[in-house]
Amino acid sequence: MYKLSTFSSMPPAIFLQPRMSHASLKVQEDGIGVCTRVTRNLNMEKLRNGYLFPEIAMRELEHMKKYPNAKVISLGIGDTTEPIPDIVTSSMANHARRLSTVEGYRGYGAEQGNKALRKAIAETLYGDLPIKDTEIFVSDGSQCDISRLQLLLGSNVTIAVQDPTFPAYIDSSVIIGQTGDFQDETGKYQNIKYMPCRPQNNFFPDLTTTATTDVIFICSPNNPTGHAASRKQLEQLVEFARANRSIIIFDSAYAAYVTDESPRSIFEIPGAREVAIEISSFSKFAGFTGVRLGWTVVPDELLFSNGFPVIKDYNRIVCTCFNGASSIAQAGGLACLSSDGLMAVQSVVDYYKENAKILGDTFTSLGLDVYGGINAPYAWVHFPGMKSWDVFTELLEKTHIITVPGCGFGPGGEEHIRVSAFGHRECILEASRRLKSLLS
Amino acid sequence: MSSSPSISSSSSSFLGQTHFDSRTPNARLPTKDSWICKCVATPPTETTAHMTKVSRNANMAKLQAGYLFPEIARRRSAHMLKYPDAQVISLGIGDTTEPIPEVITSGMAKKANALSTLEGYSGYGAEQGENRLRAAIASTYYGDLSIEESDIFVSDGAKSDISRLQVMFGSNVTMAVQDPSYPAYVDSSVILGQTGQFQKDVEKYGNIEYMKCNPENGFFPDLSTVSRTDIIFFCSPNNPTGNAATREQLTRLVQFAKDNGSILVYDSAYAMYISDDSPRSIFEIPGAKEVAIEVSSFSKYAGFTGVRLGWTVVPKELLYSDGFPVAKDFNRIVCTTFNGASNISQAGGLACLSPEGLEAMHKVVGFYQENTNIIMETFTSLGFSVYGGKNAPYVWVHFPGQSSWDVFSEILEKTHVVTTPGSGFGPAGDGFIRVSAFGHRGNVLEACKRFKQLYK
Repeated sequence: MYKLSTFSSMPPAIFLQPRMSHASLKVQEDGIGVCTRVTRNLNMEKLRNGYLFPEIAMRELEHMKKYPNAKVISLGIGDTTEPIPDIVTSSMANHARRLSTVEGYRGYGAEQGNKALRKAIAETLYGDLPIKDTEIFVSDGSQCDISRLQLLLGSNVTIAVQDPTFPAYIDSSVIIGQTGDFQDETGKYQNIKYMPCRPQNNFFPDLTTTATTDVIFICSPNNPTGHAASRKQLEQLVEFARANRSIIIFDSAYAAYVTDESPRSIFEIPGAREVAIEISSFSKFAGFTGVRLGWTVVPDELLFSNGFPVIKDYNRIVCTCFNGASSIAQAGGLACLSSDGLMAVQSVVDYYKENAKILGDTFTSLGLDVYGGINAPYAWVHFPGMKSWDVFTELLEKTHIITVPGCGFGPGGEEHIRVSAFGHRECILEASRRLKSLLS
Repeated sequence: MSSSPSISSSSSSFLGQTHFDSRTPNARLPTKDSWICKCVATPPTETTAHMTKVSRNANMAKLQAGYLFPEIARRRSAHMLKYPDAQVISLGIGDTTEPIPEVITSGMAKKANALSTLEGYSGYGAEQGENRLRAAIASTYYGDLSIEESDIFVSDGAKSDISRLQVMFGSNVTMAVQDPSYPAYVDSSVILGQTGQFQKDVEKYGNIEYMKCNPENGFFPDLSTVSRTDIIFFCSPNNPTGNAATREQLTRLVQFAKDNGSILVYDSAYAMYISDDSPRSIFEIPGAKEVAIEVSSFSKYAGFTGVRLGWTVVPKELLYSDGFPVAKDFNRIVCTTFNGASNISQAGGLACLSPEGLEAMHKVVGFYQENTNIIMETFTSLGFSVYGGKNAPYVWVHFPGQSSWDVFSEILEKTHVVTTPGSGFGPAGDGFIRVSAFGHRGNVLEACKRFKQLYK
């Protein structure tokens, strides 16, 4: 049985940021700077704190300054660590070199993406699902796509998110003006429907108690809980969306990590084409976190309430607010989807999955309740009765391991820590050793 | 550029002279009937298609037609289908054509290969861009202008940055644009909800201040007639007119922005094309740091139109009315709605800014400048009034009294050369054609030969 010493920590300073900006104080004190008369966007003002992951990065830097000799192990931000297979990078290098030749030079690409890549995604990743290449929009990643989708939807829609959830759905919703103010008491923004996902409800929202919203964000396999929704759960979701005529935005960025029979795409569920958009990414699939490549599927059948096809407006957004993913990244994507490429990137995925298993086993052996880790590169560890920032801080202070406090993903994440399985094997093993010695 | 007919980017038809949809009497939310006959998506096969209850974003419905350049591409494709043997020459979309110098591509190839090694692999980069690249941009382009590395946000290009800035500003700001102007400023403004409906009689969106730029005012707005807006978009050297504002003009512009408490979004994507001593950065103007944001790009300097790399400068001194620094909000936007430019593209950017890279870029820019001279000379010799060209890779040719879409169509039909009709950039662009100077020398020469034949 573990025993964490009660670590009295102040809530992190970032949560205590006064609403008033530092800068206006500075202007008053130093008397420098002339203000424009442009009113700050109220939606930006609503945002609580910095975006979660840069905050974690900041904490890591501070810790490294404090302990310059400590070997800090990062199991926080879900950043891939293993080299990209040669077959993929060599095709990117070749494409880059060809840009220096008359025959190989390419300028602007189609904003929706390279045709061959769109086809390859449709055929290789959606196989016998009737997804057309024309329904696929290649991008520079899910984080950007989420915001482009919000731009598409506008400020007059209501959204539901899982709780806990990847923060970008919420933050982008605040920025675009769909939400009310943040309420400190609940840790939630007004006007967003938070759907609790807990062990008790098998990490899937109880749809019988869920009020209907225009849009429902679902991530499966889930970041941060690691839970992959079952076919039955997704059938219920699609039925719910059909009955309530909502749009599901399904984030399948971790589909490659599914080990069991859990669906890898929302479009495996009949009826999904009329209610769902799917976003996905090469980041965790191919180590493309820095290379930047992803895609969004908008089916032809998805219609707004007046019958207007969503795909037409999304195409307009993509043509106006974006100029295509880098052609070099797209060449890499195509290489990933060749049969040799797929094998190569899958073996890196398997490497991370083995990491997840090691970490999951470690926490389990310490008597902790651990979730996820089987279909996702995240272990979701329960520390009952403890505040997640306290656990984060204690783990960091005592083992020099960075994790992510569950409440960073929403109030439903409290008492949990997300441990990411991206890392060199020896770091994962070392982390396990340190955790065992701290917590046993 | 649209890769399949079912994704023509426009819900309107681009037939005929006008570039806006003449089907719907005025711009309002399309009813089911008003679009269904022109719907280019596959119609549902069931008699009762499932419709979600999600209302279409009213701002999207305000947009009159597809974004301009996919429309030009569509016209070009249609023309090539009609004349499969014609040698169509593209001087329409400003797309670079010349190979990227090896010093730059080898930097990118090296980075790609390094990603396969333990020491060389890198995952997520800083959303604001790699420090070395930010520093190189600051020292190369803003050396003596006291713009720091931390003021620079590297991106995947100016088009994305424009929308990110708009997302940051939100819907409750007013904006001014030049007329004519690069369409992304207006279109992004409509999408964000800053504008009113499109007014067909004047071909303008309500609530946007259009600042006319024509030969009569030397392509610089008469600021005494411009109403105050929160944001002013200004592009110099200008796309599409090719005009580069003078130091004196920009000084007045900065003063105007200061007096009105406005924020100037200054697009300097073509600065390297300046051949005289026109300012290359707004920050050359004293006081600009308190009023301006600058957007720029490697697209037209390094042929990075497909590689995707640009940057935005937000000075620390730029403050909202409550004193909050704009850079802090832009940083938050960049961290939340973006995840950094591709690390391979950034390696290319770094190579661009090495001494060898800079020299190589200058050579390519010089090549396009020579193209511009050839095109200018051609139209001048034919007796046209020709503008731009000196400081930009665009030639702005006047066809007085003619509809620019008519001229576009005639040129396309008779010479198989794609240009861009001026009205695509705003009502004051009508009567002009933009001829872009990006092309292989042979094609540019051939196009000019054909122009001479048509207009002799």
